[in-house]
Amino acid sequence: MNYNVNEKGYYGEFGGAYIPEMLYPNVEELHQNYLKIMAEPDFKKEFDQLLKDYVGRPSPLYFAKRLSEKYSTKIYLKREDLNHTGAHKINNTIGQILMAKRLGKTRIIAETGAGQHGVATATVCALMGLECIVYMGEIDIARQAPNVARMKMLGTTVVPALSGSRTLKDATNEAIRDWINNPVNTHYIIGSAIGPHPYPDMVTRFQSVISEEIKWQLKEQEGREKPHYVVACIGGGSNAAGTYYHFLHENDVNIIAVEAAGLGVDSGESAATSVLGKEGIIHGCKTLLMQTPDGQITEPYSISAGLDYPGVGPMHAHLAKTGRAEFMSITDADAMKAGLALCKLEGIIPAIESSHALAIFEHKTFKPEDIVVVSLSGRGDKDLETYINYFKL
Amino acid sequence: MNRINKKLQGDKKLLSIYFTAGYPSLTDTVTIIQNLEKSGVDMIEIGLPFSDPLADGPTIQASSTQALKNGMTTEILFKQLKDIRKTVSIPLIIMGYFNPILQYGVEAFCKKCQEIGIDGLIIPDLPVGVYNDEYKATFETYGLINIFLITPQTSEARIHFIDSISNGFIYMVSSASVTGSQSGFGDPQTAYFERIAAMDLKNPQIIGFGISDNKTFTQATKYAKGAIIGSAFIKHITNNGIEDIPTFARQFNN
Repeated sequence: MNYNVNEKGYYGEFGGAYIPEMLYPNVEELHQNYLKIMAEPDFKKEFDQLLKDYVGRPSPLYFAKRLSEKYSTKIYLKREDLNHTGAHKINNTIGQILMAKRLGKTRIIAETGAGQHGVATATVCALMGLECIVYMGEIDIARQAPNVARMKMLGTTVVPALSGSRTLKDATNEAIRDWINNPVNTHYIIGSAIGPHPYPDMVTRFQSVISEEIKWQLKEQEGREKPHYVVACIGGGSNAAGTYYHFLHENDVNIIAVEAAGLGVDSGESAATSVLGKEGIIHGCKTLLMQTPDGQITEPYSISAGLDYPGVGPMHAHLAKTGRAEFMSITDADAMKAGLALCKLEGIIPAIESSHALAIFEHKTFKPEDIVVVSLSGRGDKDLETYINYFKL
Repeated sequence: MNRINKKLQGDKKLLSIYFTAGYPSLTDTVTIIQNLEKSGVDMIEIGLPFSDPLADGPTIQASSTQALKNGMTTEILFKQLKDIRKTVSIPLIIMGYFNPILQYGVEAFCKKCQEIGIDGLIIPDLPVGVYNDEYKATFETYGLINIFLITPQTSEARIHFIDSISNGFIYMVSSASVTGSQSGFGDPQTAYFERIAAMDLKNPQIIGFGISDNKTFTQATKYAKGAIIGSAFIKHITNNGIEDIPTFARQFNN
């Protein structure tokens, strides 16, 4: 079984580029060039250098001793939360800004939900001196004020998405419309492993540094490259794609994908796409998608803005369909509890997204000798208010 | 012969109107179609509303959102259109995004269109390649013409390819934009219109996006077989209701 993208841009039956003709030249330009550019020695050199000196990579692979004792297994945390800007998102924006420069683009657009990808994009645009416009749902702007302020300080224009439900899905629509209106000079930095081919593959490759590092870091610490399990939370699925990438074809490495159940998978307030979704088309790709029987895209819900997306990247849809990955869904309540537990046990405040991945230990039993690597995709600074209000701290 | 092909014969410049089904009210669909035909409109695009219309500007987005709030679904639209051919004879095209059609089932959708007397489909996010490989045979079985878009950025080779697999007209998007965002055509558009006209394509072209009044209509139809008006018409019925359609249609010298 092949879990990588094929030459037509599909993962099994998922993927493709379902875009209006207006976007065809832009996407085709990227498609024709992305692999070639990524293979250029000076691109690789610049990318690696920035990841090392600017982002602070490699991010530690940390053996969480007290957490491991609690669950009687060996838990390692891949510390993406320690990256510059506080999450894995910057791995992709560094890669895409270098790509945009080589394609001769002078204007950058992006969508953001909680603001993490927006901040990561604003950061690399400041670094490279490029104009940056970030679309953000009007509702998200109101509830993520610190990240809006960060983007503004970095010189980015934040444009409220006023259409539809005024959240991430609509911000993505607005960014796509901007790209239709500005087809020549603009590059669209998509923040997750979604969108028309080649975006899911390109984003996955930029994020694959996560699993590349896990391999040699684990070798150093455990004398083996392969863990028994790799675990990551999934909204669109970019940190998960990067965490799984180098293990996809290692059948003795189990893959666990953790979705947000919100108030419960059957509550009507959920973002568990693998359970609630059906094959459909969103933002340019065929994937699993939460929708009405009539094909209208529905609003997901999760306490975590980063998991609050009605679709999932096409690679993950394929992993779900083929059974390569085990999909679990974690409620708001369980995620919040796991997040607080990590604070107390390890002195690490995780992003609520990452807390979903940490919560699986309450629901699944591992053997004492199992090595379980969890992607700690982001830090919890942005979520302090949510944590404080939730626990009345 | 398909009604679209028939209509494309002859010298007349064609006035084509887009509206969103289920807007302003759920049950306005048939009345709007009938009033458009009575007003001398040559062809109609019936918009199947979608929650996430990527290629549309604020006017069509808002009408789609309202139509869905009103309860419009694919099934209801087909029910409303069931007897449309008893009263309306001009070409009717359904324009919609691919996901609702995919959920209905592409073949079932095409079959239903044929039963009703729909002549063609415009599906902006169904790529030419996917159509050609997977759905062309189905569309042809049910006598439906699929209309493709080209834009100022479409390469000459791709325009020739699109021309070769088209069998009706080519929908020329006037400029790099979503719907409803132009206020007139300048030199770049004119140059683009001239360039396409000079390509001597097999299929006639109809220009859409940014046609809002007689001036833009006349500019467009100087180079093309016709023009499509969407957002400007939706604004008109938003402000004036659905009875006063002749006033809107009369401003165009088609």
